[in-house]
Formats: sequence, structure tokens, C-alpha cells
Amino acid sequence: MSDDTREIEALIDMMARLPGLGPRSARRAVLHLIKKRGQLMRPLAQTMANVAETARECLNCGNIGNGDVCGICTSEKRGNGQLCVVEDVADLWAMERGQAFAGRYHVLGGTLSALDAIGPDELRIPKLRDRVAAEGITEVILALNATVDGQTTAHYIASELEHAGVTVTSLAQGVPIGGELDYLDDGTISAALRARKSL
Amino acid sequence: MKVFVSQLTLSHFRSHKLARLVLDGRPVALFGPNGAGKTNLLEAVSLLSPGRGLRRAGAEEIIRRPEAIGWKLTATLTAPAADHDVTITAEPGQPRVVQIDGKAATQNALARLLSLVWLVPSQDRLWTEGAEGRRRFLDRLTLSFAPDHADAVLTYEKAMRDRNRLLKDQIRDAHWYQALEAQMATAAETIVSNRTTALARVTAAQWGAETAFPAADLTLEEVEPLQTAADFAAAFATSRPRDLAAGRTLVGPHRTDLAAIYQAKGVPARQCSTGEQKALLISLILSNARALKADTGTAPLVLLDEVAAHLDANRRAALFDEICALEAQAWMTGTGPELFAELGHRAHHIEITDTDGTSQITETAP
Repeated sequence: MSDDTREIEALIDMMARLPGLGPRSARRAVLHLIKKRGQLMRPLAQTMANVAETARECLNCGNIGNGDVCGICTSEKRGNGQLCVVEDVADLWAMERGQAFAGRYHVLGGTLSALDAIGPDELRIPKLRDRVAAEGITEVILALNATVDGQTTAHYIASELEHAGVTVTSLAQGVPIGGELDYLDDGTISAALRARKSL
Repeated sequence: MKVFVSQLTLSHFRSHKLARLVLDGRPVALFGPNGAGKTNLLEAVSLLSPGRGLRRAGAEEIIRRPEAIGWKLTATLTAPAADHDVTITAEPGQPRVVQIDGKAATQNALARLLSLVWLVPSQDRLWTEGAEGRRRFLDRLTLSFAPDHADAVLTYEKAMRDRNRLLKDQIRDAHWYQALEAQMATAAETIVSNRTTALARVTAAQWGAETAFPAADLTLEEVEPLQTAADFAAAFATSRPRDLAAGRTLVGPHRTDLAAIYQAKGVPARQCSTGEQKALLISLILSNARALKADTGTAPLVLLDEVAAHLDANRRAALFDEICALEAQAWMTGTGPELFAELGHRAHHIEITDTDGTSQITETAP
């Protein structure tokens, strides 16, 4: 590496550490940014600096926003008694993209994993218990991944809230919209059959 | 109807720098000196089913040295409905990546394309060594009938490892245990049901079969005879204090053992001679293949490593006849071509030699 490209190489190395990018795609991205210096690179650098300064975790739900408490938690309209529990902020954003849920969220920050020494206290489960009592929650919707750790966490929360006077539900599992049965695995078809409904 | 490997290409796979086989569905007899790379070919075929193959090797171990640039396996599976192209690759330091028909797939998805059963020399001590080997044998046998078995076993083992960690760390959070035990119990019900069904099918396939190999009475030996998820959940909860003292889970399908009685003599398999134990294993593999063919109309791929050398000429001829009658693509290894002479034109005869640490493959006339 020569001195005149050292910083560019450093940028490529940093970009390659981002999720979804490898060394090759990082090089392409950096080259593109350099070519679009005025249109893209400088505004991106400025925006990143701003976000680095202002972004913070919501003290109530764990969402990322600009204030101590996020817009969803402060919105009166979202206080309908429903609380959707997700593993991380990316899941919250996915739910918001769907525009189908009008309640509030609770971001756990991961899933229970004894092997990784992640217990209830490492997640935001104590805070969840407090919120259920304090915010007049009537239904807790568990939107957790269908992995062993995700489902262990779901069972755990259901047990924890058993006597909290709330309904605990989980997202349905089955045929995706636009999906063809022929392409589904056996487990998904079984789950869909168990969750069948009257028409 | 038949499912078989019609093309197999290996690149930098153990001793094979580049190997290519084109096959028509007949059995494959691989012969050559020790260390030439015969079992490496069998191992490559065994990776076309979920798991770590017949050597239980990690992706890193398979990498050819000294190049160490990773390895690639490409196979075309010919089936009555449609052919499938399977590619398995591993870069250094990375896990295996499976593609089916050019699309990323899980290892467990391979079980839906073909069934595979195998017998390797390390299983010769199956009946005399610990229960773990017999459970693994049982689960492979079960997987050939129930592709969802691998998912259930993985779920069970993952949840049990977490539970064992809690037990070892003396954590006493009842809700956490219940959450893990609920998943273990559901998976355990599937595991026990699959194993019982598979054993019943193999047992039934022994009855009335025209075979030169001995029959075995097979039973599952359980710590507690549990069947339903509710049974297991209750047993896990009851066993918790004992498990806490032991630091591990003491009940469940991970403690099951497979017992076999040599039917003609009425003695346990572990008390039989080495030759009788080997014959029993071959008998079970053939029964497994017959049962699968009866169920699905398609015989599984059968991998038999160094099996011919352990059999006298009559038994060897009987084995070949049974394999041909099954219409199974059996892959067999042996040191010399004379071991497979009885097969004649009923099989591909492929010689494997070693030149400066690189395997060479040559198809020969019988």
C-alpha cells in the first residue's frame, strides 16, 4: 500500500466490516463514493456525523431515535394497550414498514442463550415486566424469530407474564403471502396446517 | 425408479486435486491400494446428505494441502421427477455452503433430494463400544425415512446444550428451564416417534427377505419409556433437582440405546463374533435400503467402505446380488479388482491410484 492510497484502503477496510459487505463490495462502494464526491460522499459523511452525534437508544423501549424517549413511546395514538416484543431494532423497523401495527414496541436486545451467558437480566425483560404494569398493557405480542433461542425467549416471557393479567400472543407461522406450497419446507407446512382458519 | 449420482466432480477435495466421474446408475466398485483416495470419494458422496459425512470431518479438514484454497464438490442427482445439481463449497476458515440448483440451501434440504445409508470400518465396533455410536447409527437410519428428523435432533440438542449450561452454572430460574424444556419436549416427541417408526420398518423389511445375511431383533432401550411431549416436559421438570446435582440432563432421547439380538442364536450382538457383528450390520443396511425402496419406490444410495474384504466369496457374491436386485447405486471400496470380479458388467469398475500425493481415477473393464 502506498502512502497516497493509505486512507482509501483504511476506508475500504472499515466499510468491509459493515454487515452485508465484503472486501470486494466495499471497494466498489468506496470507488462509487469517490466518483460521486459532491453528490454523495460529502452529504453522507455529514449525515453520518450528525447521526453519530444525535442517535440514542430509547430509555423506554430500546428503539433508536434522537431523544431519550422515542416518537412511538411518546405518541398518544400508539398507546392502545398492545405491546409488540421484538429481538432488535431491525425487527421493529420491519414491523413498522408493514404499517399493520398501531401499538408500541419493546426491543429485547437479543435472545436468551445460556451458552452465550445471555440471561433475562442481560435482555430488557425486567423492563418489559415494569412496562406491562405501568402502561396499562392488555396484550403482549411476541414477534420473535422461529429459532430455538427465539422460541425459548418467547416461552420464557409467556411464563413471566402468566400472572400479569395480560394476553400473550405470538405471530402466526405459515404460508407467506405470494408463496407456493411446493416451495415450503415440511415444518412450515405443518405449522400452517396447525394454524388453519375458517373461511 | 432410481435416484443416483450421474456426475461427480471434486476439486481440491483431500487427495483429489481434480476428479470427475460420469455414471449411469449401476453400482460403483472403487479399488486401489491403501491411501489412494477411495474413501475420500465415498466421503464426498456422503456429504450429499445432512451432517458431516461418513468421517464426521469439519470443512477445514477436507481442504487439500498444501494448496489450502478450499474445496468444491459438484454432483448431478438423476431422479425420475427431475435432475438436481448440488454444489458444496468451503473456503478456508469458512463453513460449508450448499447450493441446490444454483440456489443457497440448508444442509437439511439435501435429505429431501436423496436418501443415503453407509457402513464404514469404524462401525465394526458398534455393538461393543459406547451407546453414542449406536445412537448416531440409529439417527442416520431414521433420517433416511424421516427428513425432518435432522431438524428435531438439532433443535433438541441446541436446547439441551443451553439447559446443560444452566445446570452446570447452578442457575435456578424455573421459567428459563421451562422455556428450554418445552422445546426439548416437542422435539423429543418427534425424535422418539421417528426412531420407533424407522426401527419398525427395518424390522419388517427383514421378515421374509431372501438374504444371505442374518436377521436381528432390534429394540430401543430408554431410560424412561416416554412418548408424548407432555410426558417429556413432566420428566424434565421432575428430573431437574437430580440434573442440577449431576450438572447435565439425565433423561431424554439423548440417553436412548439401540439393542440388537442375533436372531438365529438368540444372543446379544455384542457377544457375537467379529464376523457375525459385521454381517448383522450389513443386514441392517440392506434392510434399511429394502424398506426405503418399499416405501418410496426408490432405493437409497448405499456406501460400503472396505466391506468386500471382510466377506468370504459366497457372502460377497450374495451381497452384490442383493445390491443389484435392489437397483441401488452402491459405492463400494476394496484394495483389489478381484474383490469385485463377481459384479462383472453390473457395475462401474474404477481404479484409484496415488501419484505424488494426488489421486488419479481410471475406469477399467471388469
